[in-house]
Amino acid sequence: MNEKILMKGNEALGEAAIIAGCRFYFGYPITPQNEVPAYMSRRLPQEGGTFLQAESELAAINMVYGASAAGARVMTSSSSPGISLKQEGLSYIAGAELPCVVVNIMRGGPGLGNIAGSQGDYFQSTRGGGNGDYRQLVLTPATVQEMADLTVLAFDLADEYRIAVLILGDGYLGQISEALVLPKPTGKVFEKPWALTGAKGRKPNKVASLRLVPETSLEELNLVLDEKYKKISAKECRSESYLTEDADYLLVAYGTSSRICREAVNELREEGIKAGLFRLITAWPFPAEALRIASAKAKKILTVEMSLGQMIEDVKLSVKDPERVDFYGRSGGMLPETDEIKRRIKAYGN
Amino acid sequence: MHEEIIVAGFGGQGVIMAGKLLCVAAMNENKYVSHIPSYGAEMRGGTANCSVVISDKEISSPTVPKPSIAIVMNAPSLAKFEPRVKPGGLLIYNSSLIDQKPKRTDITTVGIKANDISEAEGSLRAANMAAIGKLQALKPEIASLDSVIKALDVVISARNRKHNDTNIKVLKKANS
Repeated sequence: MNEKILMKGNEALGEAAIIAGCRFYFGYPITPQNEVPAYMSRRLPQEGGTFLQAESELAAINMVYGASAAGARVMTSSSSPGISLKQEGLSYIAGAELPCVVVNIMRGGPGLGNIAGSQGDYFQSTRGGGNGDYRQLVLTPATVQEMADLTVLAFDLADEYRIAVLILGDGYLGQISEALVLPKPTGKVFEKPWALTGAKGRKPNKVASLRLVPETSLEELNLVLDEKYKKISAKECRSESYLTEDADYLLVAYGTSSRICREAVNELREEGIKAGLFRLITAWPFPAEALRIASAKAKKILTVEMSLGQMIEDVKLSVKDPERVDFYGRSGGMLPETDEIKRRIKAYGN
Repeated sequence: MHEEIIVAGFGGQGVIMAGKLLCVAAMNENKYVSHIPSYGAEMRGGTANCSVVISDKEISSPTVPKPSIAIVMNAPSLAKFEPRVKPGGLLIYNSSLIDQKPKRTDITTVGIKANDISEAEGSLRAANMAAIGKLQALKPEIASLDSVIKALDVVISARNRKHNDTNIKVLKKANS
C-alpha cells in the first residue's frame, strides 16, 4: 500500500535523499530552505549518517568534495546567495569529476535580495556559475512529489556520470505541503574504483582538478568532460508536454511558474482557446528537441518565469521561427498571475 | 468541489496548523490538497497566513490570490483579506477579537466568537479549532468532522497531543 502523507517540499526532498542512500549532508542555514538541514539533522543520525552544520557555505561545499572523493553519497543545500558562495567548489567538483547532489531553493535577488520564491538563478545554474569549461545536470521539480522523485533520480545520475546534479527549486516549492507517496530506492549500484578508499592492495587514486604537467594535460580532461556532456545531452533531456499537440498558443515554464501556467491552460481550454504547456524537468540539458516538436504548430510561444527573462534564451535557441517567442515574468519574489497569462494569450488572437 | 482558502491571524493563533489540519483531513478522504504558509520575515511579529487548496481534481496552481473562503482571526487579517474574497465566497471572522463588521455584501460573512468558545472549554489556545469547527459545519464537503478529528493526531506534535481532548471539544462546540 502506497500511503499518502502530507509533507513539506523541503522535507520531502530530505527524506528522498535518505531513501536514495545519502548518508552525508553538509550545509549552512538560509531561508527558505532551512527545513532541509533541520530535517537532515534529525534523520541522518537515526540512519547512522553524518549531519554537519559547516561554518560557511564554502566549508560545506568542500566537505561535499571530500565525502564524494571518498565514495559517499552526499548532499548540500542552500538558497541563491548561499549557492553563489558554493560556485568555486562546484567548479572544482566538475574538474575532479565528483558526483554529488546540490539543492538550490531559489529566493529573490540579486545580492541578499529577499526570502520569497524566485527563479532568478537559471543562468547561474545552466551556464556554470563557477569558472571553467563545465556543465552540471539541473533538475526542475514542480510538485512535492517531484521534489522527492527527482532527488532519488539525482543521486543515480550523479553517480552514473560523475557529475554534480543541481535540484533547482524555488521558495514556494520548498515551503508548500502536498500529498506525497514516498519514492522507493532504485537499487542501482555504482562501482567507484576511482574513490579514495585507502589504497590497500591497489595503486593509490588521485582526485584533483589541478593539471599543470603536460602528461595530464588539461585539454585532455576538457575533451573527456565534453564527451560526457554530449552523452548527457543526448540521453537525459526531460520535459512534460501538456495539451501541446493542437496548441495554437504554447506556454513554456518550469517549477512553480509552470503550475500557474497549467491553471491558465486549463481555464483557456474551457473557453475554447487551444493553449498548451511545455514544462522543463531538466534545465540542463535543455529539452530542445521536445520543445521543437511541442511548439511546431504554435502561433505564439509565451515564456513565463519568476525572473525578468533567463530561460527565454534557451527557448529562442530551440524553436523554429523564434520571433514567435514572447515573455511574461515577475521578479523579486512575486508570482506570475493566471489572469495576466490569459489576458496576454487572448490578446494574441486579435 | 474546489475551494481556495486563506487562514490568517497573528503568529501563535495556529493558523498555519489549522490549514494543515484541513489538508490532512481532506487528503485522507482522497482529495487533492496543497498548503503554502507565509514564512520567514512575514512571520516575525506580524500576521501569519496560509494558502490552502482542496479539490476533487488535481491542483494546478497552489497559489490563492482570490480565496473562495477566508478565515480571519484578527482585525489586520480582516482588513487584508476581506477585499480579496471571490464574489459569492465565504468569510469567517473571529468576532472575539474583531469589533468591526465586514463590509462586503456580495459574500457570506459569518462571525464566530472563537476565543470565547476556546476559553469556555478551558483553553486560551484553541480558537483556531473553533474556526475550523465552524467551517466544517458550513462546508462539510471539504472533509467530515470525523476526518478533521482524526487528522489532529497527525498534525499536532507529540508533545502537544495531550491537549487534543480540549481541541476536539472546541471543534464540536463550534460545529454544532
